[in-house]
Amino acid sequence: MTDPLFEYLCRMGDNTLVLSHRVSEWCGVAPVLEEDIALANTALDLIGQTQLWLGLAGEIEGKGRDADTLAFRRDVWDFRNVLLAEQPNGDFGQTMMRQYLFDAWHLLQLKALKGSSNAQISAIAEKAVKEVTYHVERSGDTVIGLGDGTEESHQRMQKALDRLWPYVGELFVSDAVDQALSAKGIAPEPTSLREEYDTAVNAVLAEATLTRPDSDFAHQGGKTGVRHTEHLGHMLTEMQWLQRAYPDATW
Amino acid sequence: MSSPETSPYKGTEAADHGPARHNEWPLWEIFIRGQHGLSHRHVGSLHAPDAEMAIKNARDVYTRRNEGVSIWAVEADNIAASSPEEKGSLYEPSNAKVYRHPTFFDIPEEVGAM
Repeated sequence: MTDPLFEYLCRMGDNTLVLSHRVSEWCGVAPVLEEDIALANTALDLIGQTQLWLGLAGEIEGKGRDADTLAFRRDVWDFRNVLLAEQPNGDFGQTMMRQYLFDAWHLLQLKALKGSSNAQISAIAEKAVKEVTYHVERSGDTVIGLGDGTEESHQRMQKALDRLWPYVGELFVSDAVDQALSAKGIAPEPTSLREEYDTAVNAVLAEATLTRPDSDFAHQGGKTGVRHTEHLGHMLTEMQWLQRAYPDATW
Repeated sequence: MSSPETSPYKGTEAADHGPARHNEWPLWEIFIRGQHGLSHRHVGSLHAPDAEMAIKNARDVYTRRNEGVSIWAVEADNIAASSPEEKGSLYEPSNAKVYRHPTFFDIPEEVGAM
């Protein structure tokens, strides 16, 4: 097995990288200008965090790969993001639902990582937690506003929730990498975040008048890289095109 | 961000403005205080469904480059504005009252620039 710490940092960095790219796809085409700018801000926060996570991953790996190399020169099976992050944008409601379901987990994860025994990880988490506190406030409010909005917006949000819920479970699955790191106090056990997540999400969904799906069936294979959904490959084709076609091209 | 009224072009009549389209968010005027101690200044306007989102949108639209420490959002409907037609009666009388400007005092050199 590769170094668990490298794996873990790729998971963190790939989550933010892939979600950031997805969110950036709205740039210039969001339903209103204010949301367009807000989404771009979120994408920029996430790409900033990606630079830190993947930068550290490259350092730990010690093979001379930096954040850019990891982002643009790996193929789909080397990506370690959760499946939720790579799901397509769908309509604006689906994008905001994906964002909220991710943000709510992301905030708990980063709060736990602030207490990491690894000083660099704890410093990155410290910086990111401020950004993500705002992300979850915004996406949560939007889920509530649209869920408890018009009949059409309510239906679309319920549809988005039903579509995305099966991807939530993967956030809390624990494997050998997680166990190795939690044993050293570097990262939390994913399962330990579930209760607080459920409390927060249930409250928002209730206020949004949305019904949480009964089944907690969870698609898996993103964070281990074993089985990404078909969407990630297409996304990378676009995201990595320039560096693939013109390696080492700069501004 | 967006203007509540369009202005007429030369030789055309201004479009009739009915109420805002029913599915359009209300317009908010945004005021931002740049530093502690300074006053809030008008920076522009935006649309938002409610006050909370107006503050969030203002944060995203107008404070991206660290411009502010405090945001006010005021729904544009709630602002009372003077009418341009009253310009004469409102402002011209003060034109003739130069003695209201503090230019008739000798300022001692030690005071420096005022």
